[in-house]
Amino acid sequence: MIITRQKDLQEMLALIGSGPVFLVGCSECATLCGTGGKDQVDELAAILASKKIPVTGSVVLEPACHLLNSKRLLKNHEAAVQKAQTLLVLACGNGVQTVAELFPEKSVIGGTHALFIGEVVRAGEFEKRCTLCGDCVLEAYGGLCPVARCPKSLLNGPCGGVVKGKCEISPEMPCVWDQIYTLLKRRNQLQLLKTMQSPKDWSKAREVKVSREH
Amino acid sequence: MSISSFADALQSGRFVVTAEIGPPKDSNPEKIREKARLLHGCCAAFNITDNQTAVTRMSSLAGSILLLQMGMEPIMQMTCRDRNRIALQSDVLGAVALGVRNILCLTGDAPSFGNHPQAKAVYDIDSVQLLQIISNMIQKGEFQSGDKLSEPCPKLCLGAAVNPFAEPTELQLMKLEKKIDAGAVFVQTQSIYNLERFSQWLDTVRSQGLDRRVRILAGVTPLKSVKMAQRMKFHVPGTDVPDDVYQRITQAADPAKEGYQLAVETIEALKELPGIHGIHITALFWESIIPRLIQQTGLAP
Repeated sequence: MIITRQKDLQEMLALIGSGPVFLVGCSECATLCGTGGKDQVDELAAILASKKIPVTGSVVLEPACHLLNSKRLLKNHEAAVQKAQTLLVLACGNGVQTVAELFPEKSVIGGTHALFIGEVVRAGEFEKRCTLCGDCVLEAYGGLCPVARCPKSLLNGPCGGVVKGKCEISPEMPCVWDQIYTLLKRRNQLQLLKTMQSPKDWSKAREVKVSREH
Repeated sequence: MSISSFADALQSGRFVVTAEIGPPKDSNPEKIREKARLLHGCCAAFNITDNQTAVTRMSSLAGSILLLQMGMEPIMQMTCRDRNRIALQSDVLGAVALGVRNILCLTGDAPSFGNHPQAKAVYDIDSVQLLQIISNMIQKGEFQSGDKLSEPCPKLCLGAAVNPFAEPTELQLMKLEKKIDAGAVFVQTQSIYNLERFSQWLDTVRSQGLDRRVRILAGVTPLKSVKMAQRMKFHVPGTDVPDDVYQRITQAADPAKEGYQLAVETIEALKELPGIHGIHITALFWESIIPRLIQQTGLAP
C-alpha cells in the first residue's frame, strides 16, 4: 500500500491559515498508516477547534483515489465544502489530486507526504517494497527487490559498503543484497545472481495512462 | 598499438603503483597542478576522483585533462551517482577526445554521505553496466540503446573497485567476476589495514583464478593522525581497521610517523603476496608523503 507521513502540525496550520477548512480522509492506505483515517480526521478537527479555526465539516472517502466514488460521497457535503476556504486532504498524493479535480475552484492542501509503496511489517511499522518501475524483475532476485530496497538500486550485486549485513546508509537497515544472497543460497539458486543484468528500461516507468481492455 | 602507458605498465607484469589525486572544492587548476608536480614521475598513473564521498568538487574530467597537459597519466574515475546513461556516455566520448585512456568505473557513494544530501541520486546504471556500456562503445561501436556511434570508440583501459572486506565474500566475488566479464582489466581495492583478512580474501580470489584475469592493485592509505584512524575505523563503511592497528596509531607519541611506518610495513607485506600486481595509494590530504613512501619501499620507477 501507499505509505504516508502526516505533515508537521505547524506546517499544516500555516497552510490552513485562519480557515474555514473542510477535512478529507481516506479509508484505505492513510487509515492503515494512521495518517488520514477517521481517528486522525477527528483528532485534527479537535486541534483546529481548540485553535479557533473553523472546520465546516469532514468526510472519509472510500478510498480517496476513486474519482467517481469520491464525487458521490462528497455530494452529501456540498454545502460544507462550499463554506470552506480550503480543503485539507489527509491521503496520499493521488487522493489530494482527486479532491483538487472535483473542486477546481477551491484551494486544496495536502496533509501528508507520500513516501513509498510498502509493507505493514507490524502495526505502525512500514517498509519500502516497490518503486513502481514498470519493469518488474523480482523473479531474478528471489522475490526481494533491489531497485526499491537498495539505495543505489544495484542490479548486479552489492556495493562494498555492506557491514555485517547492514546497509552503509543506515545501520538499522538490512542490506537487501545480503538478504537476497542468504535466501538464494539456502534455495541452492545462487546461479541466478550470475546473470549480467542489463540497464533497466526506465521508459516503462513513464506510463501515465492505462486502460483495461474489455 | 598501445592503449596507454598505464595499460602497458599493467601488461608488463611489473609491480605497478597508482596514486589518487583529489580535485579541489574550487575552480583553481593550480591546486591540481601543485599535487601533480609533487607526484610527477613516481607512479604509473593517477586516479582523479569523481566528486568523492558525494562532495562537490572540480570534475574528474577537468582534473584528468589538467594532468594530461602536464604529461601525466590520469585514470579518470566515473560514478553512476550523478549522471544517467546519456551523460555518462557523452562524458566518455568527450574524455577520450581530449586524450583520456584509462577509466575507473564506480557506482559511487550515496549522496547522504556528501555535502548535498538533498540531491537526487541518479543510479540509472551500476558500475558493472557502465563497464559493459563502455566496452560495447569500443568493441561494437554502439551506445547502450543499440544506436551506433558514427565511429567506434578507441580502445580504453577500464578498471573497477573491489572491497576485500565486504561480506559475503562469495557474493562480492561474483560481482567482481561480472566486472571482469564486462571489461575491467584492473581493480583497485579498498584500503588495507587487516593484512590477515586481506590474505584470506586473496586466497579465495586465487582459488577462483580471478587474479589471472584481472590486475589487482592493493589499496594503501597512510594514517596521518588519530582523527583519521578514528574516521577509518568507525565512519568509512567497509573499511576494516583492526584494534591493534588502531591502538598503534592512537597511542603513538607521533601518530603521523607511526602511520607512515605502518604504511611502509603494509606495502612490504603486500609486495610478497602472490596475486597482487601493484598498489594504489590514497593519501587523503597527505599526498606529500607519497614520493618518500614509494622510494623507501623500493617502488620508484
